Amino acid sequence: MTIPANLRYTETHEWIRKEADGALTIGITEHAQELLGDLVFVELPGVGKELARDQEAAIVESVKAASDVYAPVAGKITEVNEAVVKSPELINQDAYAAWLFKIMPSNAADYDDMLDAAAYEKACHE
Amino acid sequence: MEKKTALNAIHRQLGAKMVDFGGWDMPLHYGSQIEEHHAVRNDSGMFDVSHMCAVDLAGPDAKKYLLRLVANNVDKLKDPGKALYSAMLNENGGVIDDLIVYFVEDCRFRIVVNAGTAEKDLLWMNSRQAEWESKVTITPRRDLAIVAVQGPNAKARVWQALPEARAATENLKPFCAAQVGDYFIATTGYTGETGFEITLPSSMVQNFWKKLLDLGVKPAGLGARDTLRLEAGMNLYGQDMDEKVSPLNAGLAWTIDLESARDFVGKAALLAHPQERQFLGLLLLDQGGVLRAHQKVLTAHGEGEITSGTFSPTLERSIALARLPFEVAIGDTVKVEIRSKQLTAKVVKPCFVRNGKALV
Repeated sequence: MTIPANLRYTETHEWIRKEADGALTIGITEHAQELLGDLVFVELPGVGKELARDQEAAIVESVKAASDVYAPVAGKITEVNEAVVKSPELINQDAYAAWLFKIMPSNAADYDDMLDAAAYEKACHE
Repeated sequence: MEKKTALNAIHRQLGAKMVDFGGWDMPLHYGSQIEEHHAVRNDSGMFDVSHMCAVDLAGPDAKKYLLRLVANNVDKLKDPGKALYSAMLNENGGVIDDLIVYFVEDCRFRIVVNAGTAEKDLLWMNSRQAEWESKVTITPRRDLAIVAVQGPNAKARVWQALPEARAATENLKPFCAAQVGDYFIATTGYTGETGFEITLPSSMVQNFWKKLLDLGVKPAGLGARDTLRLEAGMNLYGQDMDEKVSPLNAGLAWTIDLESARDFVGKAALLAHPQERQFLGLLLLDQGGVLRAHQKVLTAHGEGEITSGTFSPTLERSIALARLPFEVAIGDTVKVEIRSKQLTAKVVKPCFVRNGKALV
């Protein structure tokens, strides 16, 4: 299983990348896309939307099932990736390239609560 | 302990994602269920369906027993090799299972039942046999494997793998079967494509599968099987019907023989409770999600419910089978509740794709 060391993770299978401006880029992990199978529908939050931590931010649906994607931190949506709405299969092809949305955290320190690669790998096996 | 088919190790070697299905460890897909779906629509794919159970019925009362046991009329099977789709009902008219009956020869029939219901079915069949004192032996054939090879090129590939089967199966009409040596070859399927369902000794199935694999037949899992059957408008037991649902409200009225004088289990209940709901297809017109089982359908004539829904890889739209109020007509638009939204769908005949062609 691929779990890049430069990213952070949640137990609900989101990956998180910290950008230079402090925004966090969010996607779903390789493990999550594998569990879901062929993705066919993605719904993203509106830019400017304020979300609480762990609030539903996006929806991904595969042929098999629908799954919520949660905001790992409280904050405001600054950008969304329309390419995955048009072509959800991009997530199957490369889950760590096909990001979903960017969120500017209300509290920058929240990032430090996220799981690192080793902790995520462990969470996947529990 | 999960049950395994004779192909289990091969599925794993092929990188299948395995899931539990009715107590069996079965392949969901071998990488991409959408690619497997397209392979069946455009070329050929094969499914291990050995988890389904062939049951042989033999004895002087075999036909008489089946005439009473199942809701469709086995008397329609005039020639050996002919097959019939039927529901098996309980006394309340609920569906115990759906199955295929093959007329093998005088006093001999084979039925094929679903995996998850096989044990329940056998208990029921044995208890009916005892109560009716029918002279028939009921033999589950767990020594057999079943492979479905489906798609426009499926038959040609099977004949390449089994040249000796060609002569006996070339002119078989749909829903017929022929025994060729160890192979029981039927022109049945669950995909809406041409092809064969082949029952053979488990000890031979690995070689047969490998031969087909070498000929370019793509292994396909339960994921593709579900999208293919839904596009073909075929019911899935446990989802579109079960013991609590009348077959008349599950789109199975065409398989129920209420006209002839023949009595069968569940007939009285069906006569007492005529059809109340229609079973139709839905095609999602709006973007905004995928139709799924149990979603509520809002119509001008009241509420309905989706029983199976998915994303159709052929139509690139979401489709569903639904139980709807009687007054709803084909061509109507309805709303489906998906999460907090109401999305528009069109009511269509529940057969979306046949022989590679979109029908809606």
